[in-house]
Amino acid sequence: MDERRFKKRTIFLIAYLLFALLPIYWMVNMSFKTNSEILSSFSFFPQQFTWDNYKTIFTDASWYSGYINSLIYVGINTVISVAVALPAAYAFSRYSFLGDKHVFFWLLTNRMTPPAVFLLPFFQLYTTLGMMDTHIAVALAHLLFNVPLAVWILEGFMSGIPREIDETAYIDGYSFPRFFVMIFLPLIKAGVGVAAFFCFMFSWVELLLARTLTSVNAKPIVATMTRTVSASGMDWATLAAAGTLTIVPGAIVIWFVRHYIAKGFAMGRV
Amino acid sequence: MKPVNQKAWFLVLPVFFCVAFSAILPLMTVVNYSVQDIISPERRVFVGVEWFAAVMRDQELHEALWRQLGFSLAVLAVEIPLGIALALSMPAQGWKSSAVLVIVALSLLIPWNVVGTIWQIFGRADIGLLGATLQWLGVDYSYTGSSTDAWLTVLIMDVWHWTPLVALLAFAGLRSIPDAYYQAARIDGASKFAVFRYIQLPKMRGVLMIAVLLRFMDSFMIYTEPFVLTGGGPGNATTFLSQYLTQKAVGQFDLGPAAAFSLIYFLIILLLCFILYNWMQALGKAERTEAQHG
Repeated sequence: MDERRFKKRTIFLIAYLLFALLPIYWMVNMSFKTNSEILSSFSFFPQQFTWDNYKTIFTDASWYSGYINSLIYVGINTVISVAVALPAAYAFSRYSFLGDKHVFFWLLTNRMTPPAVFLLPFFQLYTTLGMMDTHIAVALAHLLFNVPLAVWILEGFMSGIPREIDETAYIDGYSFPRFFVMIFLPLIKAGVGVAAFFCFMFSWVELLLARTLTSVNAKPIVATMTRTVSASGMDWATLAAAGTLTIVPGAIVIWFVRHYIAKGFAMGRV
Repeated sequence: MKPVNQKAWFLVLPVFFCVAFSAILPLMTVVNYSVQDIISPERRVFVGVEWFAAVMRDQELHEALWRQLGFSLAVLAVEIPLGIALALSMPAQGWKSSAVLVIVALSLLIPWNVVGTIWQIFGRADIGLLGATLQWLGVDYSYTGSSTDAWLTVLIMDVWHWTPLVALLAFAGLRSIPDAYYQAARIDGASKFAVFRYIQLPKMRGVLMIAVLLRFMDSFMIYTEPFVLTGGGPGNATTFLSQYLTQKAVGQFDLGPAAAFSLIYFLIILLLCFILYNWMQALGKAERTEAQHG
């Protein structure tokens, strides 16, 4: 590779990473400060370093159970979303059928409604079903925006795989399920990794629906966080600590799917 | 051409039920509200399209709509090229690749209300890094005082928050291009730009379309971050459509007009996405025929 071009790329990348990390650094920085220090002075490092904000979160059940609840319904949601989206995306990428284009676009339209619109109807629906304040209710509600996303992403990746590969496999005597799992899935690993990560991410940060459908047993961390606004003012330090901790599970998820995203297409397998 | 196979519907059915379960009933409820005047849960009057007519005449709504369009277009104009550039410059292998991937994804994982809160502090001239740095550089910056500063801060916050989505999609798209294409290009002695223009860009078209549509519709519905950061101000500078809708629905508790507003809102997004989608499809088609003839 051309040396100068390589340098330009690296400089651009480093500049972007700095831009990406600075606000996050500021949050981490705040999480080790006291509220009075945050509001009174500007400093690159905490002057009175404290673990208190993290202690609050790890010792108070109403805080840490928020993380557990979120992880449960986000996990359920991600698994269902990707599992139902895989066959559907294959159908959309490989076959024509009655109304295929309309259904494909209709799926995406479900992401186009401001979530606030769905609050009251969802509340009524899940109350009628007796599913309020359960993890499964939130997981199901989040399918509304995650399934269409997963189908679209996976379809994009599947369409990039030449159809000759399917045909060769059928001629070689593979059954559809065996072909799908043994040959096709490895080819679209990158897509599955990205789709799973995005489903996780969108479900993890969604606030309005999760807050409306839960009260105690399944209360997610994003809803617990809104509690930091109280009569005595904003609890910036605890919010920053909680915010720092909300990044951790997602960072672990992307660490695990990184190979799927980075490796992508491996022609050698077929 | 794809073979016709009606049995493929069976593969789609699970998705259809999952989404229809959560989508259709709520949508019917909203349509139902939008044609009634709900005075109390027991007393409702059918008013037909009255609310729709009222919403269409709403001057403030028109302003919010134009502000929204401007913002969404700015978001696309910055985030899509930046995301592609970022994906192209991310290392493809080794621990560096993993580290960069994780760092890039971090901003996506922060709950939206926290994003707003962090930037609220981050942008303050007395205690925030961004505000303090700008002040130190001699820029008179205040996101609470100046409309331009507030608008730019919301835009930069959105770029910071969401460019990784474009970058990750584009990066995964790039990684799934078979090596054979690059080898062929090397044999042909293709320039870096030619490789980008005739191999990488067309191969990324699918994921980029998703990125464009997602960023468009999500930025069109942006609510939490500007609400927390600026509260829509100063004045109305950062009051986008969603916030105006919420002001109407919650502030005045008018379910009927709010429902009519929601439906019109939804139809606007639908129409714009439909145009974007078809335009990008047509671009792709034109490119393919050109490749066949040329």
